[in-house]
Amino acid sequence: MVKKLVYSVLCIAALVAAMSFTPPPECGSLTIHFVNRVGDKPLVLDSVLYKNSLGQSYTVSMFKYYVGNFHLKNKQGKEIVSKGYFLINQEDEKSMEITLDSIPFGEYKSIGFTLGVDSIDNSSGAQSGALDPVKGMFWAWNTGYIFLKMEGISSASTSTGKRLEFHIGGYKAPNNCIREIELKFKNPLKINEENNSVVKIKADASHLFSGQNPIDFSKLSSVTDFHNANHIADNYSDMFSVIEN
Amino acid sequence: MKSKRIYFFVFPLLVLILLAGFITDNSYFTITPKDVEFKIPQGFPKPFYDFKNNTPTPAGFVLGRKLFYDPILSKDSSISCGFCHMRIAGFAHIDHALSHGINGLIGKRNVPPLENLAWGNSFMWDGRINHLEVQPLAPITSPIEMNETIAHIIEKLQRNKDYAAMFKTAFNDSVVNSKNILKALAQFTGLMISSNSRYDKYMRGEDTLSAAELNGLQLFRDNCDQCHKEPLFTDNTFRNTGLPMDTNLKDSGVAAINGDMKDYMKFKVPTLRNVEMTYPYMHDGRFRTLKQVMDHYTKKFTAESHADPILIKGIQLTELDKADIIAFLKTLTDQTFLHDRRFADPSGHY
Repeated sequence: MVKKLVYSVLCIAALVAAMSFTPPPECGSLTIHFVNRVGDKPLVLDSVLYKNSLGQSYTVSMFKYYVGNFHLKNKQGKEIVSKGYFLINQEDEKSMEITLDSIPFGEYKSIGFTLGVDSIDNSSGAQSGALDPVKGMFWAWNTGYIFLKMEGISSASTSTGKRLEFHIGGYKAPNNCIREIELKFKNPLKINEENNSVVKIKADASHLFSGQNPIDFSKLSSVTDFHNANHIADNYSDMFSVIEN
Repeated sequence: MKSKRIYFFVFPLLVLILLAGFITDNSYFTITPKDVEFKIPQGFPKPFYDFKNNTPTPAGFVLGRKLFYDPILSKDSSISCGFCHMRIAGFAHIDHALSHGINGLIGKRNVPPLENLAWGNSFMWDGRINHLEVQPLAPITSPIEMNETIAHIIEKLQRNKDYAAMFKTAFNDSVVNSKNILKALAQFTGLMISSNSRYDKYMRGEDTLSAAELNGLQLFRDNCDQCHKEPLFTDNTFRNTGLPMDTNLKDSGVAAINGDMKDYMKFKVPTLRNVEMTYPYMHDGRFRTLKQVMDHYTKKFTAESHADPILIKGIQLTELDKADIIAFLKTLTDQTFLHDRRFADPSGHY
């Protein structure tokens, strides 16, 4: 009887010990390279003339946006979430490449992320890092992050200096401009000890003015609050695609 | 003759010694750990602002106070937060109907008082700001208020030796960045708590109110308390007060922020604590006296007006009722808060 008891206690102890020694799942990292383009041309600030779907020409002097809350889906449909935000800024080469750490080894079929900043992070007070208001992507007239900024010049624009100014933000209904992006990988993405996986994601700035709501610069050259913001947000919801993995 | 001469020397000397003693006595501005303890006053609900994420310390509070009173936060170093938010007026601005900004610019709204901000879940007359910590960014960056950028403020503060040292003692990471600037300001403004008026003392059984004041309290509870809810004297909602639109300001309130016509000319229900000191009244400061406010709310509002349903239903008060309500409202004046040395301008303009 006593022997049995000692035996079972030992068994349990061994089990507990074994459980606590279970090695953490092995993890790797994923590098995502954002490639900003306008249609089939590379995005070059200021110097290159592009055309919208109505044939109006324009240049781009600023293009930046927040991406965050990345998640990867594996074959079984299980999701791996990676918290945090990144500001992708055409002006800053370093910002175009981001790394997600602690991705468990495995095969993944798709990647998703938020374009913008979710409601919790829009209402959590003073923040630092990518969400520091010093980045110029924060509205003080109506608390919240600007999710995407595109500025440029178009001869069709009726604004002062022929300017184009699209500052899109807003996290509250009915002016919610947060968009969830889901992209399928071309081939299953492997994260293992052998390779540092890299994904190239294209962001096509021309989508801001084409797609569901074609934008006529002679009628709309500036969005800096909730007016028309949703039209642009619906347009940018499909500006991303995986070009290489 | 000789002894008189001695007095001639001794007297000014005595005055000098006394003066020196007064000047070097900094205890008035000294902040102790006890000074920055956050306690929920008796009868108050749980605050919205969570001090656990920004525990006030003497160094953080003193830094916040210095920033609050320093015109360095404005573009041309001409105005500070304290310029509009005067301590003796419950941190509102006595006499100006509309706020004043740099270069003599006039704002669009009445300066709201700063008190019990930790219990606010939105800020500004239209609730555009969603968190106490980010509130200062609005006046700082507004072209008609301080017209400055946070990046430039950081630059100016980094160049200043006093500030560099103060950030070092106030925050573990010692950095002069937007987060620490805003956290320090929130420590200072978040502790501006008014809970010691005669009304509060009456509620705690420490003081009595006169017959008129008590009648005013009863009338207040019957007619005003639905929006100006005790003990904060606001329910933090937005309502249309039935005021006609000012044709110069064209201020449609919350609707201007969200585009929703249901929110046309809705403004935040302001607290009434220290209301005796925060004149003029309403979002655009159009009323100079509490009597004018009473007269407005007892007017007839038609069903077609945008006024709040409570006003359309109607509030009936006699002239005597109004006088008693005003007598009660004056019991909300909190001398302890208005003269709290912790919130005085450390440069001495108190």
